[in-house]
Amino acid sequence: MDLTLKIWRQKDKNSAGQLVTYPLNGISPDMSFLEMLDVLNEELLVKGEEPVAFDHDCREGICGMCSLFINGRAHGPERGTTTCQLHMRHFNHGDTITIEPWRAAAFPVYKDLVVDRSAFDRIQQAGGYVSVNTGGVPDANEIAIPKTIADKAFDAATCIGCGACVAACKNASAMLFVSAKVSQLAMLPQGKVERKTRVENMVAQMDIEGFGACSNTGACAAECPVGISLDNIAMMNREYLGAKASSENVA
Amino acid sequence: MNWFTKTFSSTIGRKIIMSITGLFLCSFLVVHLIGNLTLFKGDDGVTFNLYSHFMANNPIIRTMEIVLVLGFVFHIYDALVLTRRNKTARPVGYSENHPQENSTWSSRNMGLLGTVILVFLIIHLWNFFVPARFGGVAGLEGLDGVVIDNVDYDNLYLKVVQSFQIWWYVVIYVISMVALAYHLIHGFQSAFQSLGLTHKKYTPFIKTFGVVFSVLVCFGFAIIPIYFFFAA
Repeated sequence: MDLTLKIWRQKDKNSAGQLVTYPLNGISPDMSFLEMLDVLNEELLVKGEEPVAFDHDCREGICGMCSLFINGRAHGPERGTTTCQLHMRHFNHGDTITIEPWRAAAFPVYKDLVVDRSAFDRIQQAGGYVSVNTGGVPDANEIAIPKTIADKAFDAATCIGCGACVAACKNASAMLFVSAKVSQLAMLPQGKVERKTRVENMVAQMDIEGFGACSNTGACAAECPVGISLDNIAMMNREYLGAKASSENVA
Repeated sequence: MNWFTKTFSSTIGRKIIMSITGLFLCSFLVVHLIGNLTLFKGDDGVTFNLYSHFMANNPIIRTMEIVLVLGFVFHIYDALVLTRRNKTARPVGYSENHPQENSTWSSRNMGLLGTVILVFLIIHLWNFFVPARFGGVAGLEGLDGVVIDNVDYDNLYLKVVQSFQIWWYVVIYVISMVALAYHLIHGFQSAFQSLGLTHKKYTPFIKTFGVVFSVLVCFGFAIIPIYFFFAA
């Protein structure tokens, strides 16, 4: 199939960028979206032009590295799919495909389609962990966790931190990401020890990074490639209110 | 800032204030609508004028009036702060974006709908509240009088009848009530989500109730100007 690509090109963080149009012919419908971009980059290299920079790693939909705002949708038009798992059979011969980077003040563009998502790392470092003392190995199944809770915590833990929630949100809000990390740990016994400081610190860091607030549009959950639910945001708000009301942190 | 002001100036804290004030303003709508239904009594406004006299003079109502104003002030102030923050969170927009694929129009345009409602509120207060409360003060035109059981009352009913003879006035009211309905259809259930009040058993009911509530209340308000326009 033959396509016309409109791709955001930006030299570096400090340069202005613009959409550049590239015709691309002979694409197989069996290719993944990223393989299609690989083909384009091969052609650009042969022509002596700078290839398009884009993030990718495992290409199996589990690492959360790939991004791309494709035809006005985070990770493209298919639901529950990362860009690497999006195949060209979902497009038609002659289509024009617009490819832009995630847009958020907290995700500055490094180059072309690559954005800096280290804001997510700093939020995680603020509290998205469980402190474990060293010592003997505990017995398996020593801590009883109801199946329903284990399932919910696992569902939250499937978040791959790709940032599609931020990209899709009209406010560039990181609430779905932060809530998945908060509720995953808050539900489990090991995480309950630090639950108050965790939610206080992670929300504070989220605000420092400059993400927007939640308007409950549901765009994040609709575009999330792994289906993180809005219930997590409600749970985080409960955690936050409870922590603020009862923690001994007065700062 | 101490922990309290920090909490309520965080993004989640401001949304909690939006939710609480929003639900409080919903309760005001219910009271206001029930009171307005006395307009349909068919007694040339006797019940309505007695009701409005009660509302203007009862000390509990007068106290709640201040709480109500505060509810509006906090709701509007936080909306402005949040909107500003949300705009700066995405300085460069997308050249192609299809948000209709992942969210409803009303959920994305709460600020626009709220602005329509605010403009309506100013018109509405200027037309009814200001003459009723401040008529005769500082040269403002007051209401005509009416005698009920040998006691003088302000004839707010006459003001209602006269106002809704004007066709464009009726149009403003109906459009504003449509905006209010869309604002509430998203806002009602959204408030519960922001407060973390979600549950597998109750959330589906809250969502359905929110839509029914929004449509019924706004229909109830919108029918008043339409009724008086065509009854004349």
